[in-house]
Amino acid sequence: MRFLLDDEQRDFGRTLGRLLAAAETPAAVRAWGAGDHAPGRAVWRRLGEAGVFGLAVPEKYGGSGFLPVELVVAYVEAGRHAVPGPLVETAAAAALFGRLDDPGPAGRRLPAIAAGDAMISYADPAHGPYTLDATAADAVFLTHGDTLRRIGGSGPEPVQPSVDPSRRLSRCAAEGGGVLASGPAVRAAAAHAADTARLLTAAQALGVGRRLLDDTVAYVKQRTQFGVAVGSFQAVKHRLADVLVALEFAEPLVFGAAVELAGGTAGGGADPADADPTCADPADAGPADAGTAIAMAKVAAGEAAYAAARAALQLHGALGYTDELDLSLWMRKARALRGAWGTPAECRARVLASPTPGR
Amino acid sequence: MDLELGADDEEFRRAARDWLTARVPAAPLPSLETAEGFAAHRAWERELHSGRWSVVSWPEEYGGRGASLVRWLLFEEEYYAARAPARVSQNGISLLAPTLFEHGTDEQLARVLPAMASGATVWAQAWSEPGAGSDLAALRSAAVRTEGGWLLRGHKTWSSRAAFADRAFGLFRSHPGADRPHHGLTYLMFDLTAPGVTVRPIGRLDGKPAFAELFLDDVFVPDADVIGEPGRGWSVAMSTAGNERGLTLRSPGRFTAAAARLTALWRDIADPADTALRDRVADAVIGARAYQLAACAQAARIAAGSAPKAAGGAPAAGRAAPGAEASLTKVFWSELDIALHETALDLLGPYGELAADAAEAPDHGSWADGWIFALAGPVYAGTNEIQRDIIAERLLGLPKGRR
Repeated sequence: MRFLLDDEQRDFGRTLGRLLAAAETPAAVRAWGAGDHAPGRAVWRRLGEAGVFGLAVPEKYGGSGFLPVELVVAYVEAGRHAVPGPLVETAAAAALFGRLDDPGPAGRRLPAIAAGDAMISYADPAHGPYTLDATAADAVFLTHGDTLRRIGGSGPEPVQPSVDPSRRLSRCAAEGGGVLASGPAVRAAAAHAADTARLLTAAQALGVGRRLLDDTVAYVKQRTQFGVAVGSFQAVKHRLADVLVALEFAEPLVFGAAVELAGGTAGGGADPADADPTCADPADAGPADAGTAIAMAKVAAGEAAYAAARAALQLHGALGYTDELDLSLWMRKARALRGAWGTPAECRARVLASPTPGR
Repeated sequence: MDLELGADDEEFRRAARDWLTARVPAAPLPSLETAEGFAAHRAWERELHSGRWSVVSWPEEYGGRGASLVRWLLFEEEYYAARAPARVSQNGISLLAPTLFEHGTDEQLARVLPAMASGATVWAQAWSEPGAGSDLAALRSAAVRTEGGWLLRGHKTWSSRAAFADRAFGLFRSHPGADRPHHGLTYLMFDLTAPGVTVRPIGRLDGKPAFAELFLDDVFVPDADVIGEPGRGWSVAMSTAGNERGLTLRSPGRFTAAAARLTALWRDIADPADTALRDRVADAVIGARAYQLAACAQAARIAAGSAPKAAGGAPAAGRAAPGAEASLTKVFWSELDIALHETALDLLGPYGELAADAAEAPDHGSWADGWIFALAGPVYAGTNEIQRDIIAERLLGLPKGRR
């Protein structure tokens, strides 16, 4: 198993971090919540130009192949900068279409996704009742059991605002839309898409948690009370130390799960023996399949990010409870991501559903 | 970079597994914290040593196999999966040996290490004093210069294994006029059977004498048993403090094996409707896996040269968790250990109350005994409060303040 990012992967993350730091994402998030998608689309295009969405698209459709580790690097940065929009859903749709390998209407979307020109919303009622950002997306796809549909025509259901203003939810349309594909291949591809979505949600949560910790550490160093920085108080230190512990031990689970997914053992009960033999686990004790590893990553990253959000709110004092503080956007995102693409309870049940969860 | 197991790593793992399968006692040994159990565990150390499995990461000349950190991790996984006995020599192997590798003389290495590897000498630590716990630099026990060595005077406490061990190591105030509390200390090794030593065992939570007080009344220690330079004992001790807290003290294999047993227990007896317990079992499994992957990442960083490497001939595993990163590890595994065992006891329902030595205690009392053992984790090796201070100040850069 690959345990360390190589120089190229680290450079990629740093480049995206710089690009997003300059993009004024908090303003884009606030505009997004008010229904103005233009600033968010501008950020999106820059991510597309940097090759982020191509990482989920097969080479023959103009992408760079399905590269989960690089996707995780990118989505950690997206979380760190609270990029708005259906990032996870677009990558999941690419995973779905790529796995279906259907040259029809679905496959035709892939080059546009790779280029960053297509913002796709995708949902499956098995993983939640809402689609994300259907009003902003260029197209909305839905899998349900054995069928893949494109939702359109009468338009999406009314928007249900999320606690995270950059997430605009609408109910999955129960019927309607054109059936694009059906059969067991759709079911298997949807499982792969859901694994991808769950992993990238975990990656985003990890980035959200890192940002909450970094900004809160910076704040408690400069905020003084009783004549000293509040960050010198042990109660404050210990709370932040616990957040760092949680993030540091969530991170290897997230990257480890990406490696498992790259090994081709993604959900749908693929045989672990099909895994890439060069990805031998030095501990020879990896989860039996990528789905288990991803569920572990989702639980750990979701909990760590939420703990970071709670600490950030508390340690900013009353300021932390305001909408004016940009960091509140991350606090609210941590709450939303915790349930997206697999609640903590679903993921924990998934972990124990594996015949050998810890080995 | 990729960290892959070569055929020889697999061979190493297989050899360890085969040996352990053949030799691990079928019935658990009596508790380590009793005279009878201590002797049985010492005999087990001798058996391990006879197969050259007692100190795999050490150089061959001292009884080891020169194993890399990765192979040490593999060995530990096999060791705990085989449910092999607790290691009575743990304190010597994970605390004293790394210090000797870094600061000891050739003579000390040759004299001390082989006897430690075979269990012939079992070591206890002698750090804390009644007035010096977390604030270790407040220690007052003295080493007074005498002809050819030092005379130890004072009172040490919470000395793990000292009730039955042969020798001990610790810090003593040798230069009382030093300008700062952690200056003027000397790191010494001494005999627990030497004239002037009185050992008073202390019962831990379940009454077993797992540690002891040491009263030292002019105990002679020859110069040959000073480690490093006299007066510089603090930096000698701290250079390897990460070993006590980190990976090498409690390896991931210990937790992955316990989590696998917990999962099996849950499948056997849990009420499927009790999702609260299910979630706690899952969290234990997730925590053990997280620790295992974090350890592999650390091994990969060491192999890639981006983490401190073995220095001065010390085996890589001896420097696995340098400095402040070890504090993250210590907080994580000590809390995981308690959560894991508490979950097992809750799963056991009315049987969770049975003491480890109750005839009807499930699984030979392993969960009850493991829980008692785990409860000490957040306290020893530097309390978790001190570890969180270290994390906050050295890793997050927060300002120092009052403790």
